[in-house]
Amino acid sequence: MYRKHSETIILGLVMVGVFLLLWALNGGDFVHIGNFQSMAFQLPELGILSLAMMVTMLTSGINLSIIASANLSGIIAAFILTTYISPEATGARTGLIVLVAIGAALLVSALIGLLNGFLIASVGISPILATLGTMILVNGLSIVLTKGYVISGLPDPIPFIGNGLVLGIPMPMIIFILCAASMALVLNHTPLGVNVYMLGSNPTACRFAGVNNPSVLLRTYLISGVYAGIAAIIMISRFNSAKADYGESYLLLTVLASVLGGISAAGGFGRVSGLVIALVILQMVSSGLNLLRVSNFLTIAIWGMILILVMAVNTMIARYQDRRRTA
Amino acid sequence: MKKLLTRHETYVFLAIIIFSAIITSVNPSFLTLENLFDLLKSYSIQGIFAVGVLFVLISGGIDISFTAIATVAAYVMTVVSINYGGNILTAFLIASVVGIALGMINAVVIYFFNIPSIITTIATMNIFYGILTVLSGGKWIYALPTWFREFADINVFTLTNAQGIEYGLSIITVIWLAIAIVAWVILRYTILGRGIYAIGGSMPSAHRAGFNVFKLQMFVYSFMGLMAGIGGVVQVLIVQTMAPNSMVGKELDVIAAVVLGGASLAGGAGTLVGAILGVAMIAMMSNGLTMMRVSSFWYNVFIGLTIIISVGVSAYRRKKRQKTAIAVEVE
Repeated sequence: MYRKHSETIILGLVMVGVFLLLWALNGGDFVHIGNFQSMAFQLPELGILSLAMMVTMLTSGINLSIIASANLSGIIAAFILTTYISPEATGARTGLIVLVAIGAALLVSALIGLLNGFLIASVGISPILATLGTMILVNGLSIVLTKGYVISGLPDPIPFIGNGLVLGIPMPMIIFILCAASMALVLNHTPLGVNVYMLGSNPTACRFAGVNNPSVLLRTYLISGVYAGIAAIIMISRFNSAKADYGESYLLLTVLASVLGGISAAGGFGRVSGLVIALVILQMVSSGLNLLRVSNFLTIAIWGMILILVMAVNTMIARYQDRRRTA
Repeated sequence: MKKLLTRHETYVFLAIIIFSAIITSVNPSFLTLENLFDLLKSYSIQGIFAVGVLFVLISGGIDISFTAIATVAAYVMTVVSINYGGNILTAFLIASVVGIALGMINAVVIYFFNIPSIITTIATMNIFYGILTVLSGGKWIYALPTWFREFADINVFTLTNAQGIEYGLSIITVIWLAIAIVAWVILRYTILGRGIYAIGGSMPSAHRAGFNVFKLQMFVYSFMGLMAGIGGVVQVLIVQTMAPNSMVGKELDVIAAVVLGGASLAGGAGTLVGAILGVAMIAMMSNGLTMMRVSSFWYNVFIGLTIIISVGVSAYRRKKRQKTAIAVEVE
């Protein structure tokens, strides 16, 4: 029991340490309400994409196609929005088209998720290869559709999703909290969640326990795809545009965030709460260093160092505990 | 003959021949020595990277950081060459040393902290590239020394085409081929090569069989670093510019090419011929699409489909084989 929570405790300590360090370095600017708000605007994109990555990593898989799916979904939504909404359109009609666009984005990402699930569960391709293939394919489709251009100038209600405030809380943050909560609900309180963890720990044992492995995998990648679609909507509204290669650097960062959050790359272990703490740490480092006018690239280098540090400390603790048990 | 038919490489080779036939029937200038030499030169970067990636994949690991290593190595090489002079040998030497050193960092972290290679190298990629970008300010360097510029244009032999334009086999291609031959010999005919396959097949078994896992991993990741260093120099030679952002982000493409050639991400499998065929397949498709006047926008769609179909077919065959194997066991 202690061991299960020790990683969360370490992460929590790192979070507090990082917070105090950045507070000391930045002074009052860091604990200013405006800084918290801007952090809450920036975190959700990477956060929702990391949730999409995390659920596949729990089954000992990976989903390299999340960014490509998000971009294609965003492009489809942007196409619908820019084509069918005219300035003189009435409110009700606009609202309907916005809903259709969001629905289309989610549908596209769900279809890509199903394709991934089919390739992995039914054809038997390893997740990293299947999603590498769909990543390149889906990115190709985005390029063909947009000819490499940006689709910009999205009509009014869309920017609100990415930039609006509700009771002082940024809209993307509300969406992120809903996403994280429903992911936690699915993982901890539904049969699917139990099966996801079981499949990740030992697929053979899982199969002999009577679980339909292909079906679990299919649904896992479907969920992952839909989350990429939700991220797409936030992305297009924050950029107020869509393009084939937005956010490509996020891909490996989602793996970084997940692993930092205690999600085992070998599958079977990891909690949403750990991922959320990891995201908060990464965001605090990013915002804090930004206030200090440190280059973004150095921030990402520091993220890498934090990851190796946390992983190394976890390994050391595990070794120490093993030694004590045998002694 | 029968053995040949069961091999993945044979199918990749057949696919390449069929594709070339199609492309040539549309545009006869595809299957000319001139175009072939051009392709060999421009894909030598991917080819050199692919050799390193192959070693890492066979050993059961993966390396995402090699493009960052290549960028750092090439940058250090460029700065030193411009400020202190030198020649092409020192250029390659500097890049190789930097590459090997960074590769060793990967190996040490992976072995001593027992962190999965994919995670280690994602982290180190961000560390290497982040620090380089901060220190260099991300500036492009155009003012390369003359001896450096001229080396890229050396041809081992020169021919003249029908229009009287000279073309030839570039020295860069020769470097790539030499590396490929050395790598082939290491993998096939040395104990070192056997050891790399062994740790990829099963790390504990290899350890019990007497292989020094740490030394082998150290070799594999240093070798990847060496290939990254050389590949980085070749990149600068070909584009004649040191652009810090030109390579990072292409790592998955190289891994895809190697996997297309039959290397397994689970480790223990893969051949050098396969890796080269994989790179050739990608090179041929992108060049062939241009030759057939298909818009380059379609390029990724075709590459993606090729990867899905290729790995799909081999995965499906493996799955079927396993099913029949189980059935035999029951009887």
